[in-house]
Amino acid sequence: MYRYDEYDQSIVDARVEEFRDQVERRLSGALTEDQFKPLRLMNGLYLQLHAYMLRVAVPYGTLDSRQMRMLGHIARKYDRGYGHFTTRQNIQYNWIKLADAPDILAELATVQMHAIQTSGNCIRNISSDQFAGAAADEVADPRPWAELLRQWSTFHPEFTYLPRKFKIAVIAADEDRAAMRLHDIGIQLLERDGVLGAKIFVGGGMGRTPMIAHEVKDFITADHLMSYLEACLRVYNRYGRRDNIYKARIKILLHEIGVDAYREQVEAEFAAIRDLGIDPPVAELARITAMFAGPDFASDAPDTIDRSDPDFAVWLDQNVAAHKQPGHAIVTISLKPIGGIPGDASADQIDLMADLAERYGHDELRVTHAQNIVLPHVRKADLYAIWTALRDAGLAEANLDLISDIIACPGLDYCSLANARSIPLAQKIGERFAGRQRELGELKLKISGCINACGHHHAGHIGILGVDKKGTENYQLLLGGSGAEDVSLGKITGPGFDEDGVVDAIERVTDRYVELREGGERFLDTYRRVGMQPFKEAIYG
Amino acid sequence: MVEPITVNTNAGETLLRFRDDVVHDEPAVTLDAFLGQTNATAVRLEAGDDARALLPHLGQIALVEISFPTFRDGRGYSAARILREAGFEGELRAAGDVLVDQIPHMRRCGFDSFAPEKPVDAATLTKLLNLYPQPYQKAADTRVPVWKLRHG
Repeated sequence: MYRYDEYDQSIVDARVEEFRDQVERRLSGALTEDQFKPLRLMNGLYLQLHAYMLRVAVPYGTLDSRQMRMLGHIARKYDRGYGHFTTRQNIQYNWIKLADAPDILAELATVQMHAIQTSGNCIRNISSDQFAGAAADEVADPRPWAELLRQWSTFHPEFTYLPRKFKIAVIAADEDRAAMRLHDIGIQLLERDGVLGAKIFVGGGMGRTPMIAHEVKDFITADHLMSYLEACLRVYNRYGRRDNIYKARIKILLHEIGVDAYREQVEAEFAAIRDLGIDPPVAELARITAMFAGPDFASDAPDTIDRSDPDFAVWLDQNVAAHKQPGHAIVTISLKPIGGIPGDASADQIDLMADLAERYGHDELRVTHAQNIVLPHVRKADLYAIWTALRDAGLAEANLDLISDIIACPGLDYCSLANARSIPLAQKIGERFAGRQRELGELKLKISGCINACGHHHAGHIGILGVDKKGTENYQLLLGGSGAEDVSLGKITGPGFDEDGVVDAIERVTDRYVELREGGERFLDTYRRVGMQPFKEAIYG
Repeated sequence: MVEPITVNTNAGETLLRFRDDVVHDEPAVTLDAFLGQTNATAVRLEAGDDARALLPHLGQIALVEISFPTFRDGRGYSAARILREAGFEGELRAAGDVLVDQIPHMRRCGFDSFAPEKPVDAATLTKLLNLYPQPYQKAADTRVPVWKLRHG
């Protein structure tokens, strides 16, 4: 894992001091709310329906147990005893007092954490593959590159007042576990002639105009990555639309001028700046990479698992993935208990997960964009003990990638932008399908409470979009989206439903799927083979 | 300690400057006007103007003023860097909705003169300018990025 040196620490400490001063100026009236807003947003502080919400950065979703415990401590001391893990692999707290925010940042800084650029029209937290460093299919660990990007993007003087927010993901495997092509910039590491480099995709995103990112650069090596990305961002900063907030993302710029024209402008900009000394030396990437070398795995860890407890066996088959190292495994802890709030964890649960990471998991945890927690490096021999502890804490739901493993935005229960509630709907769906979800197999369901799409509904095998229909909450149903390597955008089935109606409609869709599926087809495969029509008939017929 | 020099111009404007030469007193002309004549030495760029249009003429320009219609409009940061990257050494002035919390970033992009619409608190500015011991990236100023400090 990355460890701050004196330079990193001094920058984060200075940020605490700066924000403390800004809060004091706001409380004294020296700053208007309008002037304060972009400053607090740059520190992840939003004003929600009931209180301030603070979003804390978890760079590329990686944490150690000490950092995880700090998240539990903050939940206990400054919030109502819980936190909410987000689709950008961050955590947010919904009941924060403005006057406490500087103290929270100061506490975070003691464990090398911060809330820098978790909001605002700037480069946001860099996201990555939650299985990085543990997956057998990666060409390299993508996190050193993500850390390089974290440092480059932190307080970038030119790109702090972009037309709109800017999200970057880095992956290093063909299997895309980070929705890379639904980012403003998606980076896939690959090897060519023995050299590690990056393929650059630009212009993806969800929101009200979902788009899949286009390949803009076939291959760029680490020694010019930053200058190339500066060129990408500069073209956007200069020519992205600023007249309409809903058309301000880079995807709209690419859509309007075309990917070829965008690429040409980027290449011209790149030619002008590539030799100006913007790129850190390769020794910097090497320094960071050394810190991600990974734990010393026991070479004699037994590879067999006692499956005699049937409940454990179910969890094992659903939530445990193959590790690159024999005798080891990757555990995904579901934060989607049936009837619970997707992504929420209590302070006690956060502490327990930290304890498990420390005791069994080489002190590492990951947050996933699907709002779950991963223990990336555990011995197979310890899985039963881990499962037992999780079960006792209400964290052993065996539903990874099943219909109740729902991504949901906070919705109208918290969010001032929402048109409809997401959480109660997620709870109803979980309850309705709990008994037959394993029979339905992989089925990614995602709910957004408004068209801003924070719940990734466009990328759901089944997506739900909450809208306001003449003052009542109404839900549209989408089918066929995917955020993975087979990326696609869902299509609306037809007229919307009320809350119970949409749950019934999903049941008719899944019933139809069970009738139609062939062999081991997932729902998404069947949908792609037969199209929308049979499902439409099932729903509205 | 980095501190600006406060200058009151003949036009009644208060400038915060980080250079000690004499304030250029020729009024700035628009980009269109500049490109249409040959002898102007001061230019004003609106947020949407293409700074690259000035590059063939940098030798004759003493002052470029870049407009910030609202502090949220960040185009001027790129315009400033483009001019400095091309070797412009004259006065680069940020004018308009320039707020104290934005000035440190503007300094890094190459601005060395500020004409804020509303007065900027000098003590706050001095504090902010000296707050961060070092930046992470190389930009248009002389500050040394962390990676350079780490690797020489």
